Amino acid sequence: MIYFQLFYTFFLIGLFGFGGGYAMISMIQGEVVTNHHWMSMGEFTDIVAVSQMTPGPIGINSATYVGYTAVVNAGGAHWMGILGSATATFAVVLPSFILMLVISKFLMQYKHHPIVEHVFMGLRPAVVGLLAAACLLLMTPENFSTPSESPWQFWISIAIFVGTLIACQVYKLSPIRTLLFCALVGILLF
Amino acid sequence: MTPTDIKQDTPRQPLPSFTGGAGSGSLFTTFFHIGLFTIGGGYAMIPLIETKVVDEKQWITREDLLDLMAVAQSCPGIFAVNIAIFIGYKLRGIPGALMSTLGCIMPSFLIILAIALFFRQFQDNVWVARAFRGIRPCVVALIAAPTFKMAQTAKITWTNVWIPVLGAFLIWMFGVSPIWVIVAAGIGGYMYGKLISLTPDPSHEGEGGINPQDSTHDSKPQS
Repeated sequence: MIYFQLFYTFFLIGLFGFGGGYAMISMIQGEVVTNHHWMSMGEFTDIVAVSQMTPGPIGINSATYVGYTAVVNAGGAHWMGILGSATATFAVVLPSFILMLVISKFLMQYKHHPIVEHVFMGLRPAVVGLLAAACLLLMTPENFSTPSESPWQFWISIAIFVGTLIACQVYKLSPIRTLLFCALVGILLF
Repeated sequence: MTPTDIKQDTPRQPLPSFTGGAGSGSLFTTFFHIGLFTIGGGYAMIPLIETKVVDEKQWITREDLLDLMAVAQSCPGIFAVNIAIFIGYKLRGIPGALMSTLGCIMPSFLIILAIALFFRQFQDNVWVARAFRGIRPCVVALIAAPTFKMAQTAKITWTNVWIPVLGAFLIWMFGVSPIWVIVAAGIGGYMYGKLISLTPDPSHEGEGGINPQDSTHDSKPQS
């Protein structure tokens, strides 16, 4: 019963998937390609590419796509594939939903307890570090190109980067408008 | 150490939890909007949450968001969804958590299914590829922008700036998992709190407790 297997697999991935989307992708790959043979490595690579390019968290995108592909590859019709998507997405969210509810309740109750406050005093500066790290990790040739590989794309990318910073910090442009504008710049200039 | 001490420096008082237009429907549409424009992983959601949920709707404070990011990062599951669950729960209990979660995952679900059903060649489309070359550097800058505002909210001074710098450096250069950075920072904060409570003069502690790193000198002029 592929739906049950999908549910079980993605429930485990949701339960043990620490460290965000990219860490999850290697887990999904292990289960879906190596363990269950639901699809080929090539198909999985395509799924990852689409998951990164489409809106939404990468973990949700890949769960949705894998659920669909696994069922259709097993000979299911399209509507059965959609059911597979729903199963995988629901299963991957369920563990953290339950856990986060418990933690939220606890946190809201003990927010002003001295121990909790002190722990968060240490956590807050560290989270700023996480945000900075997320940004540094994204400064890759894949996202910006390189001066030697494609000077045009590199310098336009730098201009987009600086322009976005100024638009957000100085002119308080909304992130959504900035994104749409940069997509348009990409279409026109690249 | 009373709640009022902590809120002194925050720019806005948070609204009472059940006002501010935080109906379940509003939670759904807000997170649907956020999910629709979260491109390039969970952290890309932070600037959107910052503008929509913190600045525009004022459902949570920037400080709440910082705390929430630490919790969401150290929980299993998807970072962005964890954040949606918490905000929904805080505003409207379990139904609120359900609505915000649904809103957050619905755009992904619909778009991925549309691609799987109709545009299998999506990632090879030349227009899509071009648009994404423009979007990628923009996303990096969008994540960089809140870092500075968050640094103010976290009350980073010369005495504690080493915490984010070291954390970012460990993650970036040595591939240390962010979870370990969070765990270490939490334990550090706890130990520091113990240390403060052991010192014989508690008069500074009331304000110093806001930020363990600058308990004696920096926090007084700030507040």
